[in-house]
Amino acid sequence: MEQNPYIPITMKLIKNLCETEDKLVNTFTLEFLSKEDEENFKYMPGQFAELSAYGHGEAPFGIATSPTEPGIIKFSVAKVGCVSNALHLMEEGTMVGVRGPMGNYYPMETFKGKNLVIIGGGFAFTTLRSMAVYMLDEKHRADYGDITVIYGARNPGLLLYKEELAAWEANPNINLITTIDRPADGWNKHVGFIPTVVGEVAPSAVDTYAVVCGPPVMIKYTLPVLEKLGFTPEQIYTSLEMRMKCGLGICGRCNIGPKYVCKDGPVFSMAELKELPSEY
Amino acid sequence: MKISKEKFGQSFDALAAEYQVIAPVSDAGSVSFKAVKKFSEVKQDYLNSKLPPKSFFFPQHEKLLSYKKEGKEVTVKNELKVEKTILFGIRPCDAKGFLLLDKVFKNDQYTDPYYFERRDNTIIVGVACNKIAPTCFCSSLGLSPASSVGSDIFLIDLGDSYQIEAISDNGKFLLGGFEGLEELSNEDQTLVDTIQSAETTSKVDVSTITAKLDKMFDSPYWDTLHEKCLSCNACSFSCPTCHCFDISEEVLKNEGSRVRTWDGCMAPLFTLHGSGHNPRDQKKSRWRQRMLHKFNYFVHNNGDIACVGCGRCIKNCPVNLDIRQAIDGVNKAELVVD
Repeated sequence: MEQNPYIPITMKLIKNLCETEDKLVNTFTLEFLSKEDEENFKYMPGQFAELSAYGHGEAPFGIATSPTEPGIIKFSVAKVGCVSNALHLMEEGTMVGVRGPMGNYYPMETFKGKNLVIIGGGFAFTTLRSMAVYMLDEKHRADYGDITVIYGARNPGLLLYKEELAAWEANPNINLITTIDRPADGWNKHVGFIPTVVGEVAPSAVDTYAVVCGPPVMIKYTLPVLEKLGFTPEQIYTSLEMRMKCGLGICGRCNIGPKYVCKDGPVFSMAELKELPSEY
Repeated sequence: MKISKEKFGQSFDALAAEYQVIAPVSDAGSVSFKAVKKFSEVKQDYLNSKLPPKSFFFPQHEKLLSYKKEGKEVTVKNELKVEKTILFGIRPCDAKGFLLLDKVFKNDQYTDPYYFERRDNTIIVGVACNKIAPTCFCSSLGLSPASSVGSDIFLIDLGDSYQIEAISDNGKFLLGGFEGLEELSNEDQTLVDTIQSAETTSKVDVSTITAKLDKMFDSPYWDTLHEKCLSCNACSFSCPTCHCFDISEEVLKNEGSRVRTWDGCMAPLFTLHGSGHNPRDQKKSRWRQRMLHKFNYFVHNNGDIACVGCGRCIKNCPVNLDIRQAIDGVNKAELVVD
């Protein structure tokens, strides 16, 4: 019998790190227990996995690491429900379950030879981080043109991966623009909502793909700005969230029209989304 | 071929020693599918069971795995258990329902082992419907009360005997063990012809519904269809093709199991995000989902309508929401030109 897709592999929580000053987002670093498990967990940026806190349940989260980071995977998770609360409270060293990788991924092949504009808001930056790290890897960097990251949060304390952002600012291979909603003491970078800042930065649409992840309202107001800059729906990608259970396209709740976000997504181009009913 | 019910019963009882045999039995005023040991326990003259037999491949509640936590360690155990089974007395609508569920539990990427381990170890013995309920409308969905589609062995009740035919290789194998098979008499053949030519009196027209629904997501038709619905999910639980489920945990101290239970798109919590956002928070959108899934999305994904005309959702609905009227309503709805 082929592998049972409902049975998780066991992984060890080696680090449970609070990312944000509101203490609502933690990054979990999980370690593979065997080479075999790691071999069987081949993933790409944009994919997600079902993470089990035994005794509490299972929930889907985007994978925040890149496949170029061996031995571990990371998830950055907001504390909103039963499973995420249990994970936040979990002691380092505890065994958790992981099913995956699931879903499709950012079309890294299609992106080859093109410039990338990565636009993220709040804690929806996890799989975008995965993609940026993937492209920055020395094996892949030459495959892509300019990489621009526009990342915003309500205030400086809510930005994820602060150390990494600092490193990116000093890295000539990536152009990082961070912004916060309102002025704050000690902040000397952009201030303003993502759509406005995207308009100010005004990335060229020529030979460029944009990937946008964030709260629905951010995406809603960013799309017209990108359109004005000349991006076509085929040049804009996003990753969707839905309530999910099986992650296998069977349990029936994450559909948008005939597409299941778990199996046919979570990554869609705006051109693909335009063909689907607006029920998400 | 035909076989007397006496001879059939002897073979049935012998098989019940070897297989788990599930058959219709009288149960608190209605008919349910249950494990039986003898043919004499089987209810023969009935319209249809209250709930469809899908639960034998896709139980209403089943353990997917169990686990035990000790400190920071955990041991996980697969809970998939399967018995060789014969499902006896399956109506043509339900046998077709299995073929539709097969398309769900095996998609382009995944196969559900819990469903298919049971499915692949089960032989379906279908029985034609000699009586047709006023809520039956299978004749409108490419079936008939004597359709053998989806059965491994198919029976037609001739009173003291059955017409018996093997439909699949599994059916041929099982039928090989039956003794006392004889040819049909002319009189029998006349009765068989009558039963085979029967159609449901209730009918709907689904000939153009998929194409029509392609254009109806924003139709005002959905504004009123749902109004009396109580969101109780009686329709989806009693539907032989509805397959939605929930996965949750049952925990006692440091041990627990992950279980899957039937769920349905009529429930508002079905699609509720952790953030509080809910893409189908209105009854309107949930009824639209039900209709579009059965008559449009399923057709686009699997090439078939996900309704077999069994009429259970009509009988079990506490507020008499009738899917036949909903279908008629779609057919009559005016398209909004944008």
